[in-house]
Amino acid sequence: MATDTAGKPATRPGTAHGRPKRRRSPLGVFGSLSHLALLVWAILIIGPILWTFLASFKTNAEIFGDPITLPASLGWDSWGRAWEKAHIGQYLLNTVFVVVCSTAATMLLGSMAAYVLARYTFPGNRAIYFLFVSGMTFPVFLALVPLFFVVKNLGLIDTHLGVILVYTAYSLPFTVFFLSAFFKTLPTSVAEAAMMDGCSHTRTFFQIMVPMARPGLISITIFNILGQWNQYLLPIVLLTGNVEDKWLITQGVANISTNAGYEADWPGMFAALSMSIIPVMIVYIIFQRQIQSGLTSGAVK
Amino acid sequence: MRHGRYPFIIGFLAAPVLLYVVFVVSPYLQAFYISLTDWKGVSANPRFIGLENFSRLLDDEVFWAAVRHHGVLLLAMPLVTIVIALFFSFLLNLGGGQRGGRMTGIGGSQVYRVIFFLPQVLAVAIVGVLFQTIYRPDGSGVINGLLGKIGIEPVGWLIEPGLALWSIIGVVVWQAVGFYVVLFSAGMSSIPSDVFEAAALDGAGRFTLFFKITLPLLWDTMQVAWVYLGIAAFDCFALVQVLSVDRGGPDNSTTVLPMEIWRTAFNFSKFGYASAMGVALFFMTITFAALTLRVTRRERIEF
Repeated sequence: MATDTAGKPATRPGTAHGRPKRRRSPLGVFGSLSHLALLVWAILIIGPILWTFLASFKTNAEIFGDPITLPASLGWDSWGRAWEKAHIGQYLLNTVFVVVCSTAATMLLGSMAAYVLARYTFPGNRAIYFLFVSGMTFPVFLALVPLFFVVKNLGLIDTHLGVILVYTAYSLPFTVFFLSAFFKTLPTSVAEAAMMDGCSHTRTFFQIMVPMARPGLISITIFNILGQWNQYLLPIVLLTGNVEDKWLITQGVANISTNAGYEADWPGMFAALSMSIIPVMIVYIIFQRQIQSGLTSGAVK
Repeated sequence: MRHGRYPFIIGFLAAPVLLYVVFVVSPYLQAFYISLTDWKGVSANPRFIGLENFSRLLDDEVFWAAVRHHGVLLLAMPLVTIVIALFFSFLLNLGGGQRGGRMTGIGGSQVYRVIFFLPQVLAVAIVGVLFQTIYRPDGSGVINGLLGKIGIEPVGWLIEPGLALWSIIGVVVWQAVGFYVVLFSAGMSSIPSDVFEAAALDGAGRFTLFFKITLPLLWDTMQVAWVYLGIAAFDCFALVQVLSVDRGGPDNSTTVLPMEIWRTAFNFSKFGYASAMGVALFFMTITFAALTLRVTRRERIEF
């Protein structure tokens, strides 16, 4: 392909529009094979998800029959059962509530700490910064046992407030790390000018620095929302008591799947599964660009 | 300017630091102490027993099974994920050859990237439930149903001790590939296109382009990817918990340390022993990260 293009420089100026015409020849067998590989992987991704949606419309008998058939009729009653009887609606609302609160708290506290640590020098600055950053390297399983008792002793076990505080605390290391790097890159002149005009430190932060840091704040907000929405370990440790009405969605769905064997409402289980996937998928399709860049910038520390 | 500086600093740091110390720092520190006790949750004052938990760990078959599984995960899972992701990201970014003087991906690459990344936004626990039915051991499982069509007997994906761990690794790879495609794509797009153009002018083919140019220039990104996947290999809790039979079974053939920690602590109330496992996990993770960074260190290629 390379030599091909180089050999025909005359066609180059027109390639912007002549593209489809030339595409086949330089790719050849390699091209078809690579298309095939990509297509197969795409099917492997979409297949299971699509199958879950379809299974929610099937009957129990159909589910235990040939898996590669379409449901005989499209009834929504399994969705109603999942929403009402399996409390998926409740779990979704609980999760929205917890994630909204804890992401908001993470962003507020995280950006405040990051800002101070990035732009003010004071004794102990580095120590506090490293205290936060070291939290990224520790596996959460190490803290699991004492964490349970800390939350319990504060009387916050089996409460949403406990979950919110723990989510926030465990999201702080990365948030502080990421945002303090970001605040450092912002120009100092604007903040200084504001202070000259009599703006207080606090006002400078909220009215000048936060708006300037918007791109970084958005990336890390997405990162935190997804991470907290998908959390499974912390809810099953912190909401273990007899508080099923407080469960979060991942916990609820996992529990339905273990109990489905006894109650034998498989369509309901698939409806529950679909309901937990659909909101995330809609959000993903709308914001896919930001989510991809947000999550990958979150990965490259 | 300096007026109100310290009240401001303290005001801004107090809440985050307090929250962080209470819920993160203090549990981590306590964990190291609890690992030296025989605490079972009933007594208020756990008895200090020194390193006894750790010496018990050395004789614990399940612990070693878990460590072995981490070893398998650590080698197989990142390798497979990175190879697939590299292949796809090469196709999606450079596989289309040169067009109008620029390197392009093959047709529809944007759509593929959106689809491939999708599993990344789904909760691991939800993915586990999803694959439970896909891996079902009889003809009603999706994979076995398909195999049945071409006359292959149903396979016990999750109930066959020799196969169960690999089935779980398959799910991890399924979920992770899209993320690393995007990560490698970002790495590839930061390579200046004149590097490829120059190589193409010199007559470099697709394979040379991939192995001699793309791969060395992507080394930093791959190192990050390996560390990330390695840390993920130490943290397969949700999938094992939801997907495996008997939580880590059959016969502990899929168990991992986080699973054992959770079970030992919250099913059997052996908090001291669970914390000792946590400490072991901590040292394994740290050692892995340090080793990887050290071994893969290379001269940085500036461009």
